[in-house]
Amino acid sequence: MSARFAFGTGTVVVCLLLAAAGSAAAQAPAAPVAPANDDCLACHGDSTATRANGSSVAVAADVLGKSVHGALPCVSCHADLAKTTEWPHPEKLQPAACGTCHGQEGSNYADSVHGRAVAKSGLAVAPRCGTCHGTHDIQRRSNPDSSVHRAKIAGTCTTCHQGIEPLYAKSVHAQPLGPGGSAAAVCSDCHTAHRIQRGDTDTWRLSVIEECGTCHLGRISSYRDNFHGQRTALGSARTATCSDCHDHHVILPASNPASTVSPQNLVNTCRQCHAQATAAFVKYDPHADKHDPARSAPVYWTYRLMQVLLIGVFAFFGVHTLLWFPRSFKARREQRAAAAAGEDTVS
Amino acid sequence: MTPGARHIVRFKPYQRWMHFVLFTSFLGLATTGLPLLFSHRAWAHTLSHALGGIQAAGIAHRFFASLLLLLFAGHLAELAWRLVVGKNHGLLWGPSSMIPQPRDAVQFWQHLMWFAGKADRPRFDRYTYWEKFDYWAVFWGMIIIGGSGLLLWFPQFFASWSLPGWIYNVATVLHGEEALLATGFIFTIHFFNSHFRPEKFPMDMVMFTGQVTEAELRRERPAEYERLVAEGKLDRLATPAAPVWLSRGGRVIGAAAVALGLVLLVFIIAGTFQ
Repeated sequence: MSARFAFGTGTVVVCLLLAAAGSAAAQAPAAPVAPANDDCLACHGDSTATRANGSSVAVAADVLGKSVHGALPCVSCHADLAKTTEWPHPEKLQPAACGTCHGQEGSNYADSVHGRAVAKSGLAVAPRCGTCHGTHDIQRRSNPDSSVHRAKIAGTCTTCHQGIEPLYAKSVHAQPLGPGGSAAAVCSDCHTAHRIQRGDTDTWRLSVIEECGTCHLGRISSYRDNFHGQRTALGSARTATCSDCHDHHVILPASNPASTVSPQNLVNTCRQCHAQATAAFVKYDPHADKHDPARSAPVYWTYRLMQVLLIGVFAFFGVHTLLWFPRSFKARREQRAAAAAGEDTVS
Repeated sequence: MTPGARHIVRFKPYQRWMHFVLFTSFLGLATTGLPLLFSHRAWAHTLSHALGGIQAAGIAHRFFASLLLLLFAGHLAELAWRLVVGKNHGLLWGPSSMIPQPRDAVQFWQHLMWFAGKADRPRFDRYTYWEKFDYWAVFWGMIIIGGSGLLLWFPQFFASWSLPGWIYNVATVLHGEEALLATGFIFTIHFFNSHFRPEKFPMDMVMFTGQVTEAELRRERPAEYERLVAEGKLDRLATPAAPVWLSRGGRVIGAAAVALGLVLLVFIIAGTFQ
């Protein structure tokens, strides 16, 4: 057994004792006793503890203590150790099943591109809970030291998504917004925290509209009022969504010449879908707002004119109809009476 | 046969066919177009999925639009033919013209007085003022909805004429608002005037059978009746009663069309005032 581990000398003694206790228990069968945190830390508390391959298995007691999970027993997460009788335990343990307690997050993750990469594609490098949240040092996202705090999210995600880092860094979303110093939008604002989808799927392209809309309220309402937004609202992904025009990571204001929606680039951006787009064509405003005369005067006045016409026609004929109705009833009665009297014939 | 039971031809078969094509394409356009206009409502989602998705609904919308535009072009050609070749200047003025005339203003006022019980019913001729309004509402609607619809259908083509892109923003608003006006008007005012008012309820069959009884013509359009009698044309317009298959078939199709219109009206009201 000690061939599989390379511990410090003090640790080896404790482990041998534990192993002896384990084998004693095996001789007199009894219910396995879950190890207390101190038992675990007896080995893992040694900062030099490693696996056979040299990777560390040390757990810093003070780090674990400060973690949001600090008060939990080790076996809450490492559940397969609660019933083990073999000490030291096998090197290969079941991954911590965070979903046991965090059910909603767990099922969202399982349905995400990260979760499916692990479960369906068997991609060993795909992120699990601990990749983003840490393992023994898990902190609330409100804690500035947390790997999932707003200010640190981009750094956490770009640990793997390295190619995105320089793109995102250019974006207006990477600019700090407000006194917190956090970026205007971090990865999880658009991609969600757990239900992360591939960016090239229709599901993602349609769902991102609502994500963008949580901050850009005026933009989503004007988008929904226009053709692209009406179609996507009915589930058609064959229509421009936010990221089709504004790009996904290098999102820049229209005033920046490098922006996909700058006057210099607009024709090319629209040509992704409208192959014959011209300078005149791209004067279409996908965010025209019929309530805002400053932004869209022709649309505003058309809408106002049509409202007057609609209200006028319905008011006029509404009253006309209401006046006609009782008189028509009377006419019907007169008509029937006349028919009964045999008068309603041509002499 | 008593004279009062005689039937008089009011609309020729091609006019009845035109009305049939008009209302089927109109209902088709309304059913496939309203989900887009009310895309933020749950019913719009359900309806567009029932139609096979917004992609399929869009194709059907363009099919009905083409049908209606063809009908409109045919109507314009017919009018031009009657006017130029047939030298039928009665199209422009006179009792059978659709052009509003001073008489219509007078009869509108008389009608209001009749509502109030202060005058006799106006002596209507072939077309009443509200029928002319119906006609011109559809005519104007064809130009506005058809024109803006074509712009939205072929934006790149029209942009090649250097039309500025904001035209499509205007066309979107115009198309939708005019569609609300047209559907709302047809499903309430036209339905009431032509089918639901107690004298006509549940349905005026004239656009299906093409005929009215002589008594009805005399009562509803005395000026036309007397004109036809004076001109000696009434007897030439006399016709046997419509066959049962036509009046029953017309009733079924008409009832289905009215029912669909009323369902869409409920959707429109729910979508507008929710």
